[in-house]
Amino acid sequence: MSETKDNIIVVKDLYKYFGDVKALNGVSLTVERSKVVVVIGPSGSGKSTMLRCINHLEKPTSGEVWIDGELLTGSPKQLNETRAEIGMVFQLFNLFPHLTAIENITLAQKVVRGRSKEEAQEIAMQQLRRVGIPEKADSYPRKLSGGQQQRVAIARSLAMNPKIMLFDEPTSALDPEMIKEVLDVMLDLASAGMTMVCVSHEMGFARSAADEIIFMDEGVIVEHTTPEGLFSNPQHDRTKLFLSQILHH
Amino acid sequence: MADQPLMPSSPLEIEEREISFSTRLNEFPWWFVAMISIAIWVFYIILTRENFNEAFNFIKVGLTITIQTALTAYGIALIFGLIAGLGRLSKNVVSNNLARLYVELVRGIPMLVLIFFIALVGVPAVVNGLNAFGEWLFTMGVDPIAGLFTAFNNQNISMNARAIVALAVTYGAYLAEIFRAGIQSIEHGQMEAARSLGMSYGQAMRYIILPQAIRNVLPALGNDFVSMVKDSSLVSVLAVRDITQVARLYAGSTFRFREAYVTLSVMYLTMTVLLSLLVQQIERRLRRDV
Repeated sequence: MSETKDNIIVVKDLYKYFGDVKALNGVSLTVERSKVVVVIGPSGSGKSTMLRCINHLEKPTSGEVWIDGELLTGSPKQLNETRAEIGMVFQLFNLFPHLTAIENITLAQKVVRGRSKEEAQEIAMQQLRRVGIPEKADSYPRKLSGGQQQRVAIARSLAMNPKIMLFDEPTSALDPEMIKEVLDVMLDLASAGMTMVCVSHEMGFARSAADEIIFMDEGVIVEHTTPEGLFSNPQHDRTKLFLSQILHH
Repeated sequence: MADQPLMPSSPLEIEEREISFSTRLNEFPWWFVAMISIAIWVFYIILTRENFNEAFNFIKVGLTITIQTALTAYGIALIFGLIAGLGRLSKNVVSNNLARLYVELVRGIPMLVLIFFIALVGVPAVVNGLNAFGEWLFTMGVDPIAGLFTAFNNQNISMNARAIVALAVTYGAYLAEIFRAGIQSIEHGQMEAARSLGMSYGQAMRYIILPQAIRNVLPALGNDFVSMVKDSSLVSVLAVRDITQVARLYAGSTFRFREAYVTLSVMYLTMTVLLSLLVQQIERRLRRDV
């Protein structure tokens, strides 16, 4: 109740166990509205799990998640309503293969938001123009390149008018020449004032777009600082080691 | 390069051609040609010999019942199967276990026994139960609805209808496993993407998972329909006048067993082969589209 209005995501003492594996070991985090937070860390450090706990795709073992001043209780109705406000972009795009690009973007608008077909299509076309591929509206996902698929996936989330966008390694399944087209869309989104939490190892993106950067390891947040602070003056040995591994080659 | 010789130029190429020709001979579906030849031969006999002609004309009267029974039972089985398949995947303990119980019960009992059981024990028991419920509603004073439950009467539920129920219940359990496998074959990311957009579990199933799952299992569903056509012959034990029952009647009254059962076999064979070809066609088209 005491959350200030500007903290759109508040995570308190989050624990997540998968059997004996402790994926999250007490994570607390506050994200202010319109901020871009980039999360880095070695694989298995809990970055994706934390992201997936924010919209309860994973149910935390314990701890609290507050979205825009509301505590997530796990009730199905509240979860569906909250998730409609939180866009999520996946590593493997997860487009619906039996639907065309525009049908991918209109479906949830109609089913969840209750928009008319015409309205949903208009919004879908706006979003497709925004991500730069309006001409692919009637293409099936299998006819699109990885970069195009990911852009359709972003458009699909944006069409719901989310307050928050979560990105789970959005470029790590892409061929190198397609990474830029996706990052450009993300940069554009960041400059438009979207609240974003991105699990990503694109350091260029982190440098130019991130307001804050988080380094996670073994299920805890090791460092939470500005990109400048992290790259020029990392505090912990684990952070230094990780940065040297991803930056030196 | 411009003028390629039409004839193979090297011995190697000739050999390759010969190998591919003999492979083609080996891979040619001779069995299919043989089967079609037998069918054509039998049809020829049916057309030309009076005894066979008479048998065919007698037996074909049952075709409507056979097709009607197979189609209706399969349609109902699809509904049972979908519900039970979803139940098998449900996290709800009750529906999960109920679905499992249904599938295992049906799979553990021979189909012939199940057909006797459902038609002669199961259906009457359910009707008696409904009647008793209706009587109870009468005593409670809710007359208009009560009438719905007492309207059923074991005498006026035909063996035909009971046979359809029996086949549907049986096949529902088999189809449940097909639906379950189909749903499980869809990547988990599809459900996650749907849920992350705010869709409920039911909406995600309906709009995202099931359309893809059903498409994947369409060939399997088709094959089970072919099996249903064959297994519909079992309803003859309930004296339902399908082609099997009619053929038995014909054989019994004329002692022309050969005419009756040759004709009957070829009738089933024709239906199943045609349906199998249709299923193959669907399968091929699906593979092309993916």
